[in-house]
Amino acid sequence: MSEENEVITGIDAPVALKYNFTAGAAAARFLTQVKKGVLTGQRCPKCSQVYVPPRGSCAACGVPTEEEVELSDKATVQSFTIVSIPIPNNPIQPPYVIANLVADGANISFIHLMSECVNEEVHIGQRVQAQWKPQEEWDYAMDNIRYFTPIDEPDVPVEKIGHVPVSGWEG
Amino acid sequence: MKDIAIVGYQQSDLVSDAGACNEVEMIIPVLGKLYEQVGITNAQDVDFVCSGSCDYLQGAAFAFVMGVDALGAVPPIKESHVEMDAAWALYESILKIRMGQAESALIYGFGKSSPGELPIVLSQQLDPYYLAPLWVDTVSLAAMQARMMLDQGLITEQDMAEVVARSRQNARRNPHAQLAGDVSADDVLAQETFVSPLRKADMCPVSDGASAVVIATVEKAREWGIPYAVISGIDHCIETHNLGMRDLTDSSSTRTAAKNAGMHNGAVDVAELYAPFSHQEIILTRALGLDSNTSINPSGGVLAGNPMMAAGLSRIGEVFNRIVSGEASRGIAHATSGPCLQHNLVTVLEKA
Repeated sequence: MSEENEVITGIDAPVALKYNFTAGAAAARFLTQVKKGVLTGQRCPKCSQVYVPPRGSCAACGVPTEEEVELSDKATVQSFTIVSIPIPNNPIQPPYVIANLVADGANISFIHLMSECVNEEVHIGQRVQAQWKPQEEWDYAMDNIRYFTPIDEPDVPVEKIGHVPVSGWEG
Repeated sequence: MKDIAIVGYQQSDLVSDAGACNEVEMIIPVLGKLYEQVGITNAQDVDFVCSGSCDYLQGAAFAFVMGVDALGAVPPIKESHVEMDAAWALYESILKIRMGQAESALIYGFGKSSPGELPIVLSQQLDPYYLAPLWVDTVSLAAMQARMMLDQGLITEQDMAEVVARSRQNARRNPHAQLAGDVSADDVLAQETFVSPLRKADMCPVSDGASAVVIATVEKAREWGIPYAVISGIDHCIETHNLGMRDLTDSSSTRTAAKNAGMHNGAVDVAELYAPFSHQEIILTRALGLDSNTSINPSGGVLAGNPMMAAGLSRIGEVFNRIVSGEASRGIAHATSGPCLQHNLVTVLEKA
């Protein structure tokens, strides 16, 4: 093919935009507490559901959430997956467990890692607790918690996950 | 075909930096006031919701989805979004009602431009092969447009300064305005040029803010028993991406849209024009054939505050406010998108 008829299939046009992004008022309060080693949720004034991490609104009711609720660092497994393939740029070596966890005192799950467990024995309803980094490493970040590990407490029945206060669920 | 009316409008204060406030936190107070105005509880009480926003502004992927957290979407609602000014979300909502799929709709727009460098961010809406890689910013393009007009003798710097002065003066009666004051054309002309021939005052400020509107069929509006203004026409037209092919001293797409929307079927008492730069208000006024019988930008327009993706919807809301207050019986609202007034929408509102 002659040069003047060359088919152009792509050009390099790199885009780099700079932002000074803010997390939002609710997320900022949450991160401030996480830096102190505390998980904080927000309760909906209408349906009473507790969200963690909070976004400043109840997505179900569409109303602002202001009441802050301090949560335990114990949680219940609502769902999980075992990752067996390496994810590009992820420093964690597979196989590892990603879980949807409902913190005691909250109704809506958040996602974190599970470790120091037998992957094949992880199950829905299982009780877990946060393993925090050493306090001097705490920052405004969810990875102040390295991961969650199983604890010796009775499972929460599936239909009750997110519907009971749990801390010491007696089932 | 059922007539459609605007039944409520609210906007946030326009600020240069909303600080630690996410999209939901920006939208919720506006929606709360709007629900109260219209007498509804939340988005469950309308048949359709449509929003306008652009994730490039705050640099957060899928921020428009986060915005839905403000609505109360349980049980699920019918919801849509345009990556455009929410004036186009209103256009989509009108189509939805005209198709018979809804009797009412909530429309909201929000923009948090402060986290980024807005003129640079907007350069990425240009043609991706020739212009975007050059990072030509919106202020520079508008400055070239103003230069053309000055050199052709179509306007003077005095004309531009008078637009700014009138905006600042009018904005003193707008409690949400970001820039307002007792400013004269001489004060403006005393400023040094910023991007020649533009002075900073010739440019709209960078603003954070949100606005929202509820529309409904006239039947529904009567059932709700609240004041309303009828949308008698709406149309939008776009010009080519290639700036070199356009006559930048005119806005032919605005003229066509206004004609199609039926603007000329009656007197125009008030016009809210989305002119981010002073000379563009003159282009629009001339393209629309407006004269001294029309009050232009009584809110101060976007020179008084320009919340991207909400400001076009706000123009419609400002005309609505003046019609329901009895200040005007017929008016037009204009919204724009793209560089140098590329894409334009005209809405005609009338007293019920």
